[in-house]
Amino acid sequence: MFNIILRKFGAKSLLAPIAMAAMVFAAAVHAEDTIKVGVLHSLSGTMAISETTLKDTMLMLIDEQNKKGGLLGKKLEAVVVDPASNWPLFAEKARELLTKDKVAAIFGCWTSVSRKSVLPVLEELNGLLFYPVQYEGEESSKNVFYTGAAPNQQAIPAIDYLMNDLKVKRWVLAGTDYVYPRTTNKILEAYLRAKGVAKKDIMINYTPFGHSDWQSIVADIKKFGSSTKKTAVVSTINGDANIPFYKELGNQGISAEKIPVIAFSVGEEELSGMDTKPLVGHLAAWNYFMSIDTTKNAAFIKQWHDFIKNPKRVTNDPMEAHYIGFNMWVKAVEKAGTTDPEAVQKAIIGIEFPNLTGGTSKMLPNHHITKPVFIGEIQDDGQLLTVWQTNKLVEGDAWSDFLPESKPIIADWTPPISCGNFNTKTKKCSGQKF
Amino acid sequence: MKSNCIRWCGWAMIGFILMLPTLSIGQEGSSDVAFSAAVVNLKSGSMQERGLAIEQLAGVQNPRAIVILQALLDGRLFKLKTDDKLVIGEEVDAGYQLIDAKSAESLGTVDRSATQKITLTNSLRTSLRKIIGRLELNDDDAGVRLAAVNVMGKSVDDESLALLQDHLSVEQDKSVQKAIKLILGLEQLNSPDKATRLAAINLLKEQANQNVVNRFNELVEKDAEGNYLETDSDVRNQVKTALVKINSQLQLYAAIETLFFGLSLGAVLVLAAIGLAITFGVMGVINMAHGELMMLGAYTTYVTQQLMPDQLGLSLVIAIPAAFIISALAGIIIERGIIRFLYGRPLETLLATFGVSLFLQQTIRSIFSPLNRSVATPEWMSGTLQINDFLSLTWNHFYILVFCLLVFVLLLQILKRTRLGLEVRAVAQNRNMAKAMGIPTGRVDALTFGLGSGVAGVAGVAISQITNVGPNLGQAYIVDSFMVVVFGGVGNLWGTLVAGFSLGIANKLIEPYAGAVLAKILVLVFIILFIQKRPRGLFPQRGRAVEG
Amino acid sequence: MIANLFKNDKAMAFVLVILAVINLVVPLCNLIFAPGSPLYFSAYTVSLLGKYMTFALLGMSLDLVWGYCGILALGHGAFFALGGYAMGMYLMRQIGSRGVYGDPLLPDFMVFLDWKELPWYWYGFDQFWFSALMVLLVPGVLAFVFGWLAFRSRVTGVYLSIITQALTYALMLAFFRNEMGFGGNNGLTDFKEILGFNIQSDSVRACLLMASGMILILALLISRSIINSKLGRVVTAIRDQEMRVRFLGYRVEIFKLWIFVFAAMLAGIAGALYVPQVGIINPSEFSPLNSLEIVIWVAIGGRGTLYGAVVGAVLVNYTKSLLTGWIPEIWLFFLGAAFILVTVLLPDGVLGLWRRRLQEQKQ
Repeated sequence: MFNIILRKFGAKSLLAPIAMAAMVFAAAVHAEDTIKVGVLHSLSGTMAISETTLKDTMLMLIDEQNKKGGLLGKKLEAVVVDPASNWPLFAEKARELLTKDKVAAIFGCWTSVSRKSVLPVLEELNGLLFYPVQYEGEESSKNVFYTGAAPNQQAIPAIDYLMNDLKVKRWVLAGTDYVYPRTTNKILEAYLRAKGVAKKDIMINYTPFGHSDWQSIVADIKKFGSSTKKTAVVSTINGDANIPFYKELGNQGISAEKIPVIAFSVGEEELSGMDTKPLVGHLAAWNYFMSIDTTKNAAFIKQWHDFIKNPKRVTNDPMEAHYIGFNMWVKAVEKAGTTDPEAVQKAIIGIEFPNLTGGTSKMLPNHHITKPVFIGEIQDDGQLLTVWQTNKLVEGDAWSDFLPESKPIIADWTPPISCGNFNTKTKKCSGQKF
Repeated sequence: MKSNCIRWCGWAMIGFILMLPTLSIGQEGSSDVAFSAAVVNLKSGSMQERGLAIEQLAGVQNPRAIVILQALLDGRLFKLKTDDKLVIGEEVDAGYQLIDAKSAESLGTVDRSATQKITLTNSLRTSLRKIIGRLELNDDDAGVRLAAVNVMGKSVDDESLALLQDHLSVEQDKSVQKAIKLILGLEQLNSPDKATRLAAINLLKEQANQNVVNRFNELVEKDAEGNYLETDSDVRNQVKTALVKINSQLQLYAAIETLFFGLSLGAVLVLAAIGLAITFGVMGVINMAHGELMMLGAYTTYVTQQLMPDQLGLSLVIAIPAAFIISALAGIIIERGIIRFLYGRPLETLLATFGVSLFLQQTIRSIFSPLNRSVATPEWMSGTLQINDFLSLTWNHFYILVFCLLVFVLLLQILKRTRLGLEVRAVAQNRNMAKAMGIPTGRVDALTFGLGSGVAGVAGVAISQITNVGPNLGQAYIVDSFMVVVFGGVGNLWGTLVAGFSLGIANKLIEPYAGAVLAKILVLVFIILFIQKRPRGLFPQRGRAVEG
Repeated sequence: MIANLFKNDKAMAFVLVILAVINLVVPLCNLIFAPGSPLYFSAYTVSLLGKYMTFALLGMSLDLVWGYCGILALGHGAFFALGGYAMGMYLMRQIGSRGVYGDPLLPDFMVFLDWKELPWYWYGFDQFWFSALMVLLVPGVLAFVFGWLAFRSRVTGVYLSIITQALTYALMLAFFRNEMGFGGNNGLTDFKEILGFNIQSDSVRACLLMASGMILILALLISRSIINSKLGRVVTAIRDQEMRVRFLGYRVEIFKLWIFVFAAMLAGIAGALYVPQVGIINPSEFSPLNSLEIVIWVAIGGRGTLYGAVVGAVLVNYTKSLLTGWIPEIWLFFLGAAFILVTVLLPDGVLGLWRRRLQEQKQ
């Protein structure tokens, strides 16, 4: 028996590189009767919790497109890989998708660092990535389409709401210590100071990933908010740490009426994993809520429930972002008549597609899209009830106007600028490989 | 009969109003008309109209009004999708048990999907609380009155002040009187009369209350031009002396709070580590799947809660033995299936159990999906033990602390007093000798590993009450667990207890100065340096077996 | 002389030959043949192989410590990551004014966090020689200090394992902090050039693979000669009976320390080669789980043989690359099961089995 194992393992281990080369070769000669779409979302590790749903969403969208007759007369084929929440592995898998599987576009990534890791590969091999998550901005690549919210499509409207409607005077900016909260809080601090909020009325706090013991911090927030001025918490706390955070808030008796917490990373899906009773009334700002009553949204929810075979599953903002991104890509490919990335990049700018909340989103020259902004209060069934919304769609701004370094920078991928990082003062395009 | 009549009249009247909006005079009194109109408006889709309807309802003299408002606040007010009727629903197994909102008549049980909840926003909720507070000021129960006074105290206006002033003369209950006096006293600080202000300060300084502290702090502050907000220096000095006393009290409370935070963090660490102290400390198995055994316990809690959704408290109590059994069984299977082949190669148990941990994670992910599962906290475990305005201890951490100590004592007794415990210790000290004495080492190994795993499962139940239940739960605790066991000294349960609590308290003491991340780094560096000084942990094992 | 090293070890020689062939053929074929030719190896293969080579070097360096010295280091990834960061800092400085904000001196993330000047510990990293020195020195000095403390106080066994884990965990948390000035969670990325060459060009990639392969072969040879020397014999003796060696009059801690420092430096080199090939270095490389995985590569390949670690590292990572693409939803089942089966059924690792068979044939 050992001999068999030996032959299998021993031989294989030594021949592995050769076998691998053979596989690469085999993939190359594979007949191209389908259009392949890469799905690059973590299915294991820490990010699986959020990203698995997006993988399923993509499978659903591709499935639906095939039912409609595919694209350019060919069937679409999803190529799913698991980058396992490992950032360098994202780059490796992206390369695999682009060179081995020859996918026409990649839909994927969640964290900023995974996008940053994939970026050089995309630019080298001229691939396309549709990135569906709200992020910190300060980037616009020729090869990436940002269908999630930029800071001006989520954070700034949320602050306006708290300041004008809830008359908040004292601010806690609490976040996980990574680039998205750092940037968002930096932008928000600059914005608040510009609105005349004193430095002592802003408390900034950073915690590590997966922080689970919130006793001291919540007690601090409680003390900070015990003054007579109305206090609110702006939370950029990342996924996993939210549950113990909200639990501690509830237990220490901080209700939404005393100190409302507005979150940018807590949506329907995160709420479905929490006991929502103590959270009722806390806020979230997104570009989509499952509770928004439109026929398109109802159809989308039904389609999702049928696909996932579970009527209790919720839909959320990044899912809508993929829905918009995928359909924009389909329209762009149809317009260009080819899946060639160069042609799609040209064709997709200006493409419009109705979003699920009643508006029509548009791909802008800076590779961001227009989105409505909604602010909702958490209800005890885990849904978000809209209490405020922008009256028109907001254009995603890649480079924040509230940061001095990025203020003069714009992104415009149409001629004559054709640059994601164009300094309007020096008239120079920097940070680009092209 | 009577309610029936009102109901029919009400409906007839609503119809009347709807059909003939110009005819505002109904057959009944005008307050009933207002009541009915307000009830109709409650169902309106616009939050503004809903707010107006609440105000209207509060204004009418109708005993149902407060019931409806209370139901609205509690989220029990629904609209029937079939005929748009406003109903109050009580959750029962089959759906909602309904009563008509206006007539209190029972309407039987309907499915949840047949109703649509009347939703609220924060601002509506706040005004609703205030309104109910006013209405409840005349309640028979002193507790309700006290709560009502406290709600009113949060945002004082002239109207509620007058109301409270009036009420004080008729109020019999001492605690309610005290609460009202506090609110009135705070108001007297604004009085133009110096004597009134001084009297108010004397009254207020005896009562530890956040509002008092805030007001006092304001009194000694300066405005933008550098002038004191309180112009009179006598008053200021009195406030200052009062503040000195209050602040020293506050420091004491803060210290107690930090200690409690540290102890409760320590309790979580001890719970997470104590199972490992048995499998790793006593048996020498480097069990990388320990975290996943905790995860099994947490998921057991979730499943028991799903099985009995209406009995949160009971399901949690049942989850404890259930989690113990499930994790213990998993542990025994791991031991019999894998680890028993690896005795004498302790480092290789690390690899095999790492494989097991990956396997268990993926199993959970395949069965329960990679999403977090929501585990509810029963009523008696949520909220705080409010000692006073400045010191409150959260119940869930309090219970976990008590639970941790219970588990520890029980485990100690098992190892000290039972036959199994004796055998476990014998095998741990000298396996061959124990075997020679006729101890069935194989069985003892399996049971010991089962015991350690079962305790991990129980820890999982506790952890499900404070953090998320997902496939990654185990990984979040595994490193910390090893640190605690090693810091305390491998093979010593007392060491684990002391290590867990001291690391917890150290962490919480540093955190206010250095922040959460640095505190953790400093604690880790401390452990590294401590091990240099005492290479076998806090409570080292002695004897010959140690060097082996 | 080299032949002497392998007198009784055909397997080692075999592995070396395979390595040499792969590291010459693959990059050359990648450069010479055009895409589409049956002899062409794609850039994907080249960069993947390059990554495996650095992992193999990392695994081998751990095998020195664990297989020959008996120290189960659960924090070896820390040295790898430190080497990687040293190289990453060099690559960051090479970006110069081509960064997003066009600052000639400060990397983007510093501009972004409002840092006004370069922190002192970033000085010198614009020079390749200085960075290369740091790739060796930073892990080396950390290993020296840590080892000197730990071995002198005779911290052994699981205590040592766990405090090495504490070390890498503490470093991970520290590097996550944005205040540290190493880019926080995002780490260092968006590299452009190495030694003046475009880091994404095929030839640079082929050269990096070749360099990784050559350094791996060189490291194997040097390590083998150390193991065969008197030092190596004492070290092996320490692994087997530390007390006895101590009583024979050897300063056990000094021997352990040198091997530990040497292995840490090798790990640092591996990290430095890894970073330009994958294009990113971030704090998750410090994660205790990563270090645990290195131990598993060595165990799977077979500890105490050096080449076993090489084979284990390549085998595990190759399997991972394959499975995450083939069966992305359930690959962890297979990886987990493989770990369990190998430990229970093949105590000497995959290659142990092969060796045993060779011996049987001889008899």
